[in-house]
Amino acid sequence: MTDVGASGPVETDYQRVERSEEFQSLRRAFRNFVFPMTALFLVWYLLYALMSTYAHEFMSIRVAGTITVGLVFGLLQFVSTFVITTLYARWANNKFDARAQALREEIEGGQL
Amino acid sequence: MAAAATNVGNTWINIGIFGAFVVVTLIVVFRVSRQNKSAADFYAGGRSFTGTQNGTAIAGDYLSAASFLGIAGAIAVNGYDGFLYSIGFLVAWLVALLLVAELLRNTGKFTMADVLSFRLKQRPIRMAAALSTLAVVFFYLLAQMAGAGGLVALLLGITDQAGQGLVIAVVGALMILYVLVGGMKGTTWVQIIKATLLIAGAGAMTIWVLALHGFNLSAVMQEAVNMSGDKGEAILEPGLQYGASALSQLDFLSLALALVLGTAGLPHVLMRFYTVPSAKEARKSVVVAIWLIGIFYLFTLVLGYGAGALVGPEAILAAPGGQNSAAPLLAFELGGEILLGIIAAVAFATILAVVAGLTITAAASFSHDIYASIIKKGQVSADGEVRVARWTVVVIGVIAILGGIFANGQNIAFLVALAFCVAASANLPTIIYSLFWKRFNTSGALWSIYGGLISTVVLIIFSPVVSGKPADPVTGLSKSMISNPAIDFHFFPLDNPGIVTIPLAFVLGIVGTFLSKERSHPEKYAEMEVRSLTGAGAEKAVSH
Repeated sequence: MTDVGASGPVETDYQRVERSEEFQSLRRAFRNFVFPMTALFLVWYLLYALMSTYAHEFMSIRVAGTITVGLVFGLLQFVSTFVITTLYARWANNKFDARAQALREEIEGGQL
Repeated sequence: MAAAATNVGNTWINIGIFGAFVVVTLIVVFRVSRQNKSAADFYAGGRSFTGTQNGTAIAGDYLSAASFLGIAGAIAVNGYDGFLYSIGFLVAWLVALLLVAELLRNTGKFTMADVLSFRLKQRPIRMAAALSTLAVVFFYLLAQMAGAGGLVALLLGITDQAGQGLVIAVVGALMILYVLVGGMKGTTWVQIIKATLLIAGAGAMTIWVLALHGFNLSAVMQEAVNMSGDKGEAILEPGLQYGASALSQLDFLSLALALVLGTAGLPHVLMRFYTVPSAKEARKSVVVAIWLIGIFYLFTLVLGYGAGALVGPEAILAAPGGQNSAAPLLAFELGGEILLGIIAAVAFATILAVVAGLTITAAASFSHDIYASIIKKGQVSADGEVRVARWTVVVIGVIAILGGIFANGQNIAFLVALAFCVAASANLPTIIYSLFWKRFNTSGALWSIYGGLISTVVLIIFSPVVSGKPADPVTGLSKSMISNPAIDFHFFPLDNPGIVTIPLAFVLGIVGTFLSKERSHPEKYAEMEVRSLTGAGAEKAVSH
């Protein structure tokens, strides 16, 4: 690890890395994945919470036997959580790790 | 012996199975802790756990008695509304997975404050983060220990206060022993063993309940409807618990917000991410935890309706533990004394494991943030820091025991929701801002942490959970913590303040940032950002 030293007008190693095209595109890739995904599951969850609170009649419609729309909606929250988890893990393992690792090696080897 | 009439199961079987759990975990704790030398060993288990092990431990830490006994009981009695809880508890993990776990692992060492103080002023920020950590831990701890008293009454048939106090003291002393001897490594193994037993036990009961009803969930629910008396089909629909008025509906939304945003700010959850060697393993931990926790909550759905169907809400509410006794009574109904003994032992183990995790978090926060960084200004050896941490464990253990005895039988179930609310208001905004917002500064963090913490605690004190709920027509007692209906100083209408305090803390972080003339540190932010995403310079595992 490089010693950052006193701050000042002199650019540090980390700032040089931060400015590099490789890092900028890595950060873009990360944010482009996690921010929309976060917005998606939060909206989806809040929709569920709001419907359970204010749309009792809709949520009480029987789909089959004693199974209500509300129960199906709730179980879909489990499904969506499992799906997002799997999508993220797959994306991070396949698309993100290698690039982050390459940058890390360059930084720790003092090449950037 | 009026109490014995409602008490089920064989006390000696319960104690025997719990005793076996204690012996096995103690052997494991002693075996794994021979190499506990450094601070990284004590606080972070040498960072040597695999993602799968840590994920299981996270599940063990997270599935507290409140979520096991509480959710199953809430579903058994109130049906659908009990299910709402578990969904918030689960979805919350996506915040941890996507935004927090890996970045935190890459930039921190032992505590939440390590990450925050990366580019903010060390001493004030560590103080604020440590105080909010201690507050969350204290509320959570008290709730667990107070619950222990009720559990003792239910499972061991001990109904007098002195006897229950003794059992609480024994549980507390055991916990201190685990943490002192085992540090984070021992605590983690206790949580792994407990999570395995809990999920296996709940899974076996779930299959059993479904098998009795031809593997048809709808049939289980139909049976629960038949048993539910005048509630009838209402247990299939939302509204029994929260639908009474516009105010209680708002209260539920407030709770939902605190649950989904609180988890990723719980200090004992955050600390678990430091026990693995890399960000990749931290990611895997959360993935494993999400699967285990999600599957477990699906089990509780079946167990809750199953308890409603096979035991019935009347018998559940008449039992010594009230709603919390749904899962144990179902176990007795299905598998008699032996299965009840196993579930009872798992419930005790749950309290033990969760309290141990909380205690080591508080000890790390006090010793690493307050003692080493603020009082000693970093001029202290790692050995000295760990020694203080060990003493802190003892002090917190004693506080937990005394708190548990004092709060025994008190109506303090709201404390868990309060802990989530403090975590969501005081911790999460600052963590998110400091990881993602370049302009963020110390002043913004202090405004957000103290603003979130103080507003939550003040609004709770002046809410109906503390005073002023209408008196019960039968007993003449209020359902508030202060049960005398004549004492009423509440002015905030909601039980859960999250809907006010969480947005407030996010706004305060922005306001505080812009009001300060503090020079920004682009070079520190650059270092943090690069390290958080690439893992450069991250703490490595201890090799023995």
